[in-house]
Amino acid sequence: MSGALLVATPLVGLAAACVGAVAPARIRTPLSSALTIAACGCGLAAAAGVLHSGHSAVLYTNRLLPLAGFSLVLDRFGALFVGISAVVGICAMVFRLGYDGHGLASRTASCVLPLFITTLLLVPAAASVTTFLFLWELMAITSLLLVLVDHRRRSEVQVAAQWYAVMTQFGAAALLVGLVLLATHAGSQSFAAIAATSAHFPAWVRGTAFVLVVIGFGSKAGMVPLHVWLPRAHPEAPGPVSALMSAAMVNLGIYGIVRVGDQLLGGGPAWWWLLVMALGALSALFGSLHSATSTDLKRLLAYSTTDNVGLMLLGVGASGLFAATGHRSLALVALVAALLHVVFHAVFKGSLFLSASSIQQATGTRDLDQLGGLLRSMPITGPLFLVGGLTISALPPLCGFVSEWLLLQAMLHGLPSSNPALAIAMPIGVGALALTGGLTALTFVKAAGIGLLGQPRSEAAAEAGEVRRSMWVGTGILATLCLVFGVAPFLVIPAAVDAARSVTGARVPDPLVGGWQIGLSGIHGVLAPGLLALGLFVAISLVAGARRVVQRGAVRRTEAWGCGRELQTARMEYTATAFGEPLTRVFEDVLSPAHDLDVSHVAESRYYVEAARFHTTLDDSFERRFYRPAARGLNWWGAVARRVPNGSVHRYLAFGLVALIVVLVVVA
Amino acid sequence: MSSGWPVVSVVAIALLQALGVLIGGPLLLGLMRKVRCRLEGRAGPPIRQPLLDLRKLARRERTRPEQASWIFPLAPLMVVGTTLIIAVIAPLLATDPAFGWSADLFAVVYLLLLGSIALALGALDTGTAFGGMGASRAMTIGALAEPALLVAVLALSVPARSSNLPTIITRSLAHPLWLASPQRLLALVAFLIVIVAESGRLPVDNPSTHLELTMIHEAMVLEYAGPDLALVKLGESMRLVVLVALFADLFVPWGIATAPGASHLALSLVATAAKVAAVGVALAIFEVAMAKLRLFRVPELLAGAFVLSVLAVISALVTP
Repeated sequence: MSGALLVATPLVGLAAACVGAVAPARIRTPLSSALTIAACGCGLAAAAGVLHSGHSAVLYTNRLLPLAGFSLVLDRFGALFVGISAVVGICAMVFRLGYDGHGLASRTASCVLPLFITTLLLVPAAASVTTFLFLWELMAITSLLLVLVDHRRRSEVQVAAQWYAVMTQFGAAALLVGLVLLATHAGSQSFAAIAATSAHFPAWVRGTAFVLVVIGFGSKAGMVPLHVWLPRAHPEAPGPVSALMSAAMVNLGIYGIVRVGDQLLGGGPAWWWLLVMALGALSALFGSLHSATSTDLKRLLAYSTTDNVGLMLLGVGASGLFAATGHRSLALVALVAALLHVVFHAVFKGSLFLSASSIQQATGTRDLDQLGGLLRSMPITGPLFLVGGLTISALPPLCGFVSEWLLLQAMLHGLPSSNPALAIAMPIGVGALALTGGLTALTFVKAAGIGLLGQPRSEAAAEAGEVRRSMWVGTGILATLCLVFGVAPFLVIPAAVDAARSVTGARVPDPLVGGWQIGLSGIHGVLAPGLLALGLFVAISLVAGARRVVQRGAVRRTEAWGCGRELQTARMEYTATAFGEPLTRVFEDVLSPAHDLDVSHVAESRYYVEAARFHTTLDDSFERRFYRPAARGLNWWGAVARRVPNGSVHRYLAFGLVALIVVLVVVA
Repeated sequence: MSSGWPVVSVVAIALLQALGVLIGGPLLLGLMRKVRCRLEGRAGPPIRQPLLDLRKLARRERTRPEQASWIFPLAPLMVVGTTLIIAVIAPLLATDPAFGWSADLFAVVYLLLLGSIALALGALDTGTAFGGMGASRAMTIGALAEPALLVAVLALSVPARSSNLPTIITRSLAHPLWLASPQRLLALVAFLIVIVAESGRLPVDNPSTHLELTMIHEAMVLEYAGPDLALVKLGESMRLVVLVALFADLFVPWGIATAPGASHLALSLVATAAKVAAVGVALAIFEVAMAKLRLFRVPELLAGAFVLSVLAVISALVTP
C-alpha cells in the first residue's frame, strides 16, 4: 500500500507541474495547487503507513537515471520527514490560493513550485548516493528558481539568489565528495551497502566524510557559519515558498546529518559530536541574537530558523555524544528531542512565515517599524501570529515547550558523569539553550508587540484589512497544530521514538513514559502539558471571574498618559529598532553595529542644529568579516588569472608544451 | 509519583498555599517596606498597607487606553493566573503538594516567563513610549536572567537526579550535607540575584521610583487602573513571595511538612512564614545599602550570576 502511494507521489507531483506549465492562467493556480495537495496527500499517507506498520516502502527503477538506477526506500526515519514536508506543503498550497504577491501565479512558478514540493517529499526516501544527489540538486535548483520569481521588480532578489546559489552549490560539492568517498570505499553506492560496510572503513575516511557531510547539510540547514544565504533568501522568496524553505527544506539538513552520521556511519567518536554540538550552540546563539535585533519581519524569522536549527543540532550532537560514551538510552532521548523539535519547528515556523506573508500582503511592507495595530485590523491573522510567537518562545502549553523540556532533561541526566567531554559540553549546552530561550522570548515580544499592538506606524498599516480566507485557513491549520501538539504531545512522540530507533538501530527499551504526561523512565518527575493547559485555563478564568465580581460599571476608554502632553501619536511609540537597542548595546562586541549621525547646522550659526539624522546598520558579522573578504579575494584571483590567457596563439601553444613537459616529468 | 497522602490533606495544602501566596505576597512587600523605612529613620506604613491598597484599587473604575486591544486586559489575568498555578503545585508548605508530580523546575521557570511576556505585550498594547520602553528593558533583563536561573536550577537538579521540585527537596532533606556543598552556595547566590532581577527590586529596578525615564516595571503598568492595577500589583507581589519561598525551601528545607496532618502543616506554615520573612528582611536591608545600578550595568550583574551558576554545575560534577 505504502509502496503504491510512494509511486503515486512523484507522478501526481509531475502532473501538477505539467498543469502549472500548460493550463490557462485562469485555472492555473487552483488546479496545480489541488494536484500538489494531492501529491502531498499521497506522501502523507505513505509516510503514515510506514510509520504505523514499520515496513519500509521500496521503489527501484533503472530506467529513470542511466547506469545508476533510481532507488527509493521509505523507512520510519524518512517517513517522519516526508510527513512534515507533506503537512507544510498542504498548508502552503492552501495559503497560495489566496496569495497574489510576488508573481507566484506565473507559468514558470506554477510549474516549478509542485516540483519543489515533490522533491521535498522524495529526498528523505532516497536510498542511493546518485538518487539522493539527483533529488537534492533538483530541490536546490527548483527552490532557487522560486526565490528568483520576483527578480524583475526588485534587485535585492537577485543578490539574495546569488548568495543562495553560491552557498547551496558549495554545500552540494562538499556533499558530493563526502558521499562519493563513502561509496568508493563501500564498493556500492546504495545506502544499505554503505551502512553494512562502513564500520571497516579507515578512521580518516569516516572522519573526513562526516565533516564534509556536516558542511554540506549544514549549509542547507542554515548552520552558522554557512547561514549567510538564509536571512537573505528566505525573506525575498514569495510567502508560501519562504514557509516551505524554512519549515520543510532546512529540516532535510538535519535529516542528512542524522542519516549519514548515525545510520550510514553507525555513530562515531566523541569529537564528531562535540563539533556538531559546538556548531549547534553557535548557531543558536548567533541566530537568536540577530533575530532579536532585526527589524525586518521575515529576516527576523529567517534568523530564528538558524537559531532553531542550532537547537536541533545541539540535540543531535548530544545524542551522538551519549552514544559515543555508552549512554544508549539517553542518546535515544536526545535524538527524540531533536526530532520533536524538527516537527514542532516546522509547525510553528510554517505558521509564522505564512502569517508574516499575510501581513506583508495586507500592508505591503515587512518592516516592523512601519507596522502596528494589526491585531484589530486583522482579527484572525493577528492571533495566529501570536500563537506562533508564543510557541517559538517555548511557552507552555504550546508545543515548543515540550521539545525544549525534553532536550533539557536529556542534557540534565547526562550530567553526573565521569566523562570530561560530557561534563563540559552539557552545562555549556544548557547555558546556550537558556540564553537562546530568553532572547527568543524577547524577539517575539518585539515582533508581536510592535507589529500587532499599539498604534499603526504608517498609512499602510492603518489601512490594512484581513486577508482572504484560504490564506488564514492555511496558516490556521499549522497554528492549531501548535496548540494540539502542545497539549497532547503523545500524538507525535511515538512516531519520533520509532523514527529515532529505526535510524540508530538502538535496541533499548522505550525511555519515555507516554500518555498525557511525558517523563523519562527511571527518573522521578514528569511534565504534564495537558494538566498545565487545564490549570492555566482554570486559574485565568478564576481570576477573570474575581475581577468581574469587584468591577463597577463599564470599562472606560481613556487617553494614554503622555507625560502631560495631550497628543499621542504613533511617532512617540517605541519602534522595533528602539526595542532591540538595549540588547544591541549589551552585545555590542558581537554585533558591532555601525552608527552614523549626520547633523546639519543652521547657516547663520553653528550653535543651532537644523536637522539631525541617525542611522544604524547591523550587518551579519560573519558576512562582513569572512565572506566579503573571501569574495574580494576570489575577484582578485579572477582578475589575475584573466591576464594569463591574453588571446595570443603562441602563448597557448607554450602552455600546451609546458603542460606536456610537466606530465612527462610526473609520469617518469 | 502518585501521592500517598489523604485527599483531604492534599486539598488543604493546595488551598493553604494558594491563599498563603495571595495574602503573603502583599504582606511580604509591606514587611520589606517597613524594614526599609525603619532603617531610613522613618515610621513607615503598617505592614498590611499593600493589602489595603489592593482593596482600595479594586473599588475603582477600570480604564483602557483608546488604542489598546484585548491583550491589555488579558495581561494582568495571565500574571496572576500563572503565579497561582505555581502556588498550587510547588512544594511551598509540604513535600507532596497537589499535582506535585508535575511541579517541574523548568515548567515553573517557563510559567513565570509566560507571565512576564503577557505583561510586556500588555505594555506594548498601550501604544505609548513608556510602555515600549518598559517592555524593552524588562525583556532584555529577563532574557539575560533566564540563563543564570536555568543553570542554577540545573546545579540543584544534578545531585538529586531530577528536576522535579518535591523530589529535590525530599532528597536534600535526606542528604543535609549537600546543603553546605560549594555548588549549593554558588547556586544560592546566583538564584538570589535572579530573584532580585525577576521581581524588579533594587539594584536592578526601583519599584518606588516616580521618574518615568528610570522605570522598568512601573513603566509597563502605567496605564492600568482600578482592579487591573490591583491584579498587576498582586501578581508582582505573588511572584516575589513564590520565588522567595521556593528559594527558602530549596536551600533551607527544614520545617517543610514531610507527612500529612494538621500539626505538621501548622508547623510548616509557621516555619515557611519565618523563612520567607527572614529572606524578605535580608533583601530589604540589602536594598537600603544599595543604589540602583545603571541599566547598562545590570547585564554585568546577571553575567556574574550566570558565571556563578556555571561554576556551581561544574563543582557539582567534581564533588560526587
